[in-house]
Amino acid sequence: MTDNGSHSAAELLAVMSSRSLEDGQTVFAGVGIPLLAATLAQRIHAPGLTILFEGGVLGPFIVPGELPPSTNEQRCTRQANMVLSNTDVLLLLQRGYVDIGFMGGAQIDRYGNLNSSYIGDAENPKIRLPGTGGGNDIASLTRMIVSMIHEKRRFVEAVDFVTSTGYWHGGTSRSDSGLTTGGPYRVITDLAVLGFDEETRRMKVEALHDGVEPDQVQDATGFELMFDDEIGRTEPPTADELAVLREMDPDRVYIA
Amino acid sequence: MTKPYADLRRETETRDRSLREKVMSLEEAAALVDDGDHVALGGCTLSRTPMAMIWALIRARKKDLVVSRSITSTEGDLLYGSGASRHVMTSWFSQGIVWGVSRVMRHYTETGRAIFEEWSHMAMGVRYRAGAMGVPFIPVRSMLGSDLTGRIDGPKEMACPFTGDRLLLVPALNPDVALIHVQRCDAYGNAQMDGLPFMDADIAMAANRVILTTERIVSNSQIRRAPDRTRIPFITVDAVVEAPYGCAPHECYGVYEPFLPNLDAYAALIGRDAEAGVKEYLERYVYQPRDWVAYLDLLGMDNVIDAARRGRSVYND
Repeated sequence: MTDNGSHSAAELLAVMSSRSLEDGQTVFAGVGIPLLAATLAQRIHAPGLTILFEGGVLGPFIVPGELPPSTNEQRCTRQANMVLSNTDVLLLLQRGYVDIGFMGGAQIDRYGNLNSSYIGDAENPKIRLPGTGGGNDIASLTRMIVSMIHEKRRFVEAVDFVTSTGYWHGGTSRSDSGLTTGGPYRVITDLAVLGFDEETRRMKVEALHDGVEPDQVQDATGFELMFDDEIGRTEPPTADELAVLREMDPDRVYIA
Repeated sequence: MTKPYADLRRETETRDRSLREKVMSLEEAAALVDDGDHVALGGCTLSRTPMAMIWALIRARKKDLVVSRSITSTEGDLLYGSGASRHVMTSWFSQGIVWGVSRVMRHYTETGRAIFEEWSHMAMGVRYRAGAMGVPFIPVRSMLGSDLTGRIDGPKEMACPFTGDRLLLVPALNPDVALIHVQRCDAYGNAQMDGLPFMDADIAMAANRVILTTERIVSNSQIRRAPDRTRIPFITVDAVVEAPYGCAPHECYGVYEPFLPNLDAYAALIGRDAEAGVKEYLERYVYQPRDWVAYLDLLGMDNVIDAARRGRSVYND
């Protein structure tokens, strides 16, 4: 990952993702950037944020320096309010108790469909990836924030495989398929904050990070982006935000 | 995978469900598993993995098992590498995020020598739950629109007869055998778990045979003093095996955290050559040790102490 001198790309992703979270929300987070972002939001501006882990944890409090290696281990349960089965915690998504789900993926397309299953043809893949986990359920059942490094090989014209359905073929196709709730809400990259057009459901640039120009974002994208009429500018990560991230991940496992 | 209801009931009726002692060795329990069985694994990723029983099945040279689990980690690699299973049904399959994509999973699936049947995590859980409930399917609102449904045999879309909503019906799983590791149970199979419950209770209820491995066997009186803590009913259990550190090198809540030096060494080994690496690991850690204690000895006393110290830390807040 690139480093502009003051912070890494991963740190930028975590900071910008954390700012998309609001106090009082219930957030489904995986390990890595999502958990760092959610924890950062709790420490800085959203003390009433509730984190859910698909391992079956409701409302944990992550101990600095003890980030769990997955969301299914005892470290995830520190100071939690409840542990429950993976099935039941995932069913909370379906019941509607979760405001935001946090996702990553190997590839994303203009409608926010995500691939984390196969690179190449699924019948004869070049790379078999680890798969959906709870990603498909999160994408299907709640609003999702996707955090990804902005590269042409990741932002593609068509994903090799739809692991997690976004706005599917655009327009109303997502809800027509039976997915009547949720959908991609934001895509946060090391270049920009992106959203989706209300009608066409195509990906659009809402704000650029410090020092990034629109062409740079388009050049790093394998499909034609829409741009908001008035494109915003994000504030760079603050010293406070970076300090919290570095306290959480002192070995720089995720923020390097 | 979805058994006819009459068969499910008949198989359950013929099992001895009385309050009887079921304690046996890993080897004896392995004999309860047949080649080709659908074996469901309790726990999730690196947690409460029934490693001792998986280890015993590989040593017993089981073949063609269809293995299902919520999320699959290194135990899936070992099952592929040993040939005990060529078919893993799960939602996510790799050692763990910090170690990246599993080279062994990639090697066996990309060369077409093994199947990784991918379902969403919730769908896996709901399939076990349907099995536990004795119904053939449960409707869900996920996986719709995705390409996942086209690569697996089973789910069907329907319009809800009450509301007209489009739903995906996922078929029940009734595994032939469930392998579940717990912190404690009695000789009859009343199991009490601490920490994350995962899908274990549903898996036990859904399966046709249940093999419990446990950190320690406690008295039935102790179970009866806190029956609200019992998560797996003894009437579902067929075998109880005492296997201390039975998840190693994975973790068991409150008892030990993962044996990280072993997991790092494994990752390095398969990173050099996936197939040769997993076979070398199997030879050294699975086939050669005289018994489970000899295996723990290989992991090293210093690592056992370290993992246990970290494991107990949840009780020292």
